[in-house]
Amino acid sequence: MSVTTVPPRGAVGPAPKNYVNVNSSIKSWLLTTDHKRVAILYLISATFLFFLGGIAAGLVRAELVTPAGDLVSAETYNKLFTMHGVLMVFFFLIPIVPAVLGNFLIPLMIGARDLAFPRLNLASWYVYMTGAVVTLIAIFTGGVDTGWTFYTPFSSVYSNSAVIMTAIGVLIVGFSSIFTGLNFIVTIHKMRAPGLTWFRLPLFVWAMYATSLIIILGTPVVAITLVLVAIERLLGVGIFNPVVGGDPLLFQHLFWFYSHPAVYLTILPAMGIISELVTCFSRKRIFGYKYIAMSSLAIAAYGFLVWGHHMFVSGQSVYASMVFSLLSFMVAVPSAIKVFNWTATLHKGSIWLATPMLYALGFLGLFLIGGLTGLFLASLAIDVHVHDTYFIVAHFHYIMVGAVVLAFLGGLHFWWPKITGRMYSEKWARLSAVVIFLGFNLTFFPQFIVGYLGMPRRYHAYAPEFQFWNILSSLGSVVLAVGYFLPLIYLLISLRTGKRAPANPWGATGLEWQIPSPPPTYNFRETPVVTGPPYNYSAVAAEEAYREARKQEGQRE
Amino acid sequence: MNTQWTLDQATPHAGRVDALFLFLVAISVLVSLGVVTMVTFFILKYRRGKEADRTNPVDTHHKLELTWTIIPLIIFLGMFVWAGRLYFQMYDVPADAMEIYVLGKQWMWKFQHPDTGQLEVNDLHVPVNRPIKLTMTSEDVIHSLYVPAFRIKTDVVPGRYTTVWFEASETGNYHLFCAEYCGTSHSGMIGQVIVMPEDEYLAWAGGSPTGSQPASAAQAGEQLFSKVGCIACHKLDGTPGVGPSLAGVFGRPVKLTNGETVTADEAYLRQSILEPATQVVEGYQPVMPPYQGQLTEDQVLQLIAYIKSLGAEQGGTQ
Repeated sequence: MSVTTVPPRGAVGPAPKNYVNVNSSIKSWLLTTDHKRVAILYLISATFLFFLGGIAAGLVRAELVTPAGDLVSAETYNKLFTMHGVLMVFFFLIPIVPAVLGNFLIPLMIGARDLAFPRLNLASWYVYMTGAVVTLIAIFTGGVDTGWTFYTPFSSVYSNSAVIMTAIGVLIVGFSSIFTGLNFIVTIHKMRAPGLTWFRLPLFVWAMYATSLIIILGTPVVAITLVLVAIERLLGVGIFNPVVGGDPLLFQHLFWFYSHPAVYLTILPAMGIISELVTCFSRKRIFGYKYIAMSSLAIAAYGFLVWGHHMFVSGQSVYASMVFSLLSFMVAVPSAIKVFNWTATLHKGSIWLATPMLYALGFLGLFLIGGLTGLFLASLAIDVHVHDTYFIVAHFHYIMVGAVVLAFLGGLHFWWPKITGRMYSEKWARLSAVVIFLGFNLTFFPQFIVGYLGMPRRYHAYAPEFQFWNILSSLGSVVLAVGYFLPLIYLLISLRTGKRAPANPWGATGLEWQIPSPPPTYNFRETPVVTGPPYNYSAVAAEEAYREARKQEGQRE
Repeated sequence: MNTQWTLDQATPHAGRVDALFLFLVAISVLVSLGVVTMVTFFILKYRRGKEADRTNPVDTHHKLELTWTIIPLIIFLGMFVWAGRLYFQMYDVPADAMEIYVLGKQWMWKFQHPDTGQLEVNDLHVPVNRPIKLTMTSEDVIHSLYVPAFRIKTDVVPGRYTTVWFEASETGNYHLFCAEYCGTSHSGMIGQVIVMPEDEYLAWAGGSPTGSQPASAAQAGEQLFSKVGCIACHKLDGTPGVGPSLAGVFGRPVKLTNGETVTADEAYLRQSILEPATQVVEGYQPVMPPYQGQLTEDQVLQLIAYIKSLGAEQGGTQ
């Protein structure tokens, strides 16, 4: 992005004042309204919950090594996969990119001092923590065994577990998303720097905008739905239970009306990150900027029209299924457009395979598999066979875990120098990208196969002929766990011993790279003025600079 | 370890689903190979520090964008039509299908062969090469009947009847799973479908499926019909009583007091037994007491089987 002001270059002398060292008291962190500090609070808490959810997944995979249900009881098993799903979906996948990277970067990317409502932003973190505490209390004082989908009438009548408490926790955390979404929408509309028109916005900001729309339109629906479950459970009012005049399918309509868009609100921010990484590390203006931006909005809009594809075997009208199938194929088109545009961006680039780019390429691979298997599920007759089997489990893990987590880690490695002012070990980081990619595929690819062979999901014990595929999957989960721990370790180490990061270690465009690393509390000393389109990269210039740098290195040696 | 690599195709439908599946696999492999090849090619050719022509980069190309929008769209529409047709066939029950009632409850499957009165739990015996229609409901939570070798699955929902049909073309024993999570012993709610030659099936069922055994569902329904008092108001000879006559009513259109006309299918009969006030037939008063909670799902199915048999005896619409 062309910028007319020349911002001060920091981070050279001993620790200039920045948002981290400006005040190190715990109170200053807990009462901060600085969007960057709120992002850090989210990063720490969401990472903690991710590893907690990961432990539950690990126990599930350990149980599934043998066909018999011999490690934990059926009841415990059901509570474990529920805990895994609830924590990962509501407390990690949905908030992770918006609340951490979005929070940190949106004001920096648009040249703003902070988000539009800094106190609302801090409040959103407290709401998030309240939801998390309530949910954890529910999990650890009895647990909940409904699955993260809370299907009625099991959840509203038959389950003997802490359904209401968990539902309240999920409901509360939904409000933190709503606060964040609202904040982003207002910020992006009202606080862009002079000259930063809509079509000069970084694609990450576009993606956050589309995500925020989904959040504020969809989250209230799931909140209402969970309240209805609680009302039926507590008061016996017939809403979903047919014995007292309710309709069990009504719940599924309401739940998926939010929860399908929720898939898109995890993947859209991930796509936004990938657009930033691919263009930076190929030193090329992104291919088809407007098509990528508009495809984000198309996905957000279509996302609200496909919920019925979760219900092809539920007994809903076959004609409704036809419509939902057609619309589900339609939503695949904008996703395909993005993949092709990212690929075309590489053409005539100057491709630098640094860690963030490795993650981006890994994302592309996993998203490709996740997206293509989505076509299988949109195909009615195939979905009937693989619905509620491990095929589905594999598919949504490829999208919501594989693609989203790889994109998040890619983004985290890309902006880590900006966020912390430190460089991490490139060698270990590249290794972790490869280990995660391999571990992920070993864990989840066999699940496509065992799913097509007919193994249903949420089975505590299973038929012995499925064992081989389950052993592969459980082995993969060990590799994956190692891959997840590596970044946790070397990133933490980098905080102490990492090389100090310059303002712009990657030579990236974008306003966030024009200010010191880590940024000062006030972000920009002077409000930047934007005069050109984003991603003003030149592969030719990058090559020359690279050759020059190599030459100087050679002379020094 | 007895590893499974392939899945039996025990119905013609299974073969058709697999053909579609393989088509999608082929498309997916092609697309993946295409993208991976391009990405690899670009990385090798344009890796930083490699000599290459990088002048005049393109970043907008509307024709290319249109191409990669429209071509996938056409392919997707093809998949949609192909898969949709198969799906329709799955729910388009042949008229001569043999009917079996399925009752799901935590955590067992109950099957009732209405014609012979055979009741079985978790195992389902069916004859080969004969269309079988399953009419299913649940006594508690949502279950889902899944037979992988047939490539069929349909949720079993409390408060309503769902149906699915199949025609097994291979004899043998096949897994039957509950696919919708239904609580603690969900993974124990399993059984098998035993596909037998017709004569063996008849022997197993203890006689001709059209003959009337004393224990048939319709017979049980007939006894219930008197026992719970239906007979007091519903005559069987076609003349109206306090309530409409039920002779030949099954499958016929029925006009309701609210002006709607509905077909008297299983779902309608069930609703009219359990909550009669919601669907009063035109010309009658809403005086029938609700049987919600008075009858088990088994008994409702038996009553329906009986009412259906009345249609058959009268040479009705069946």
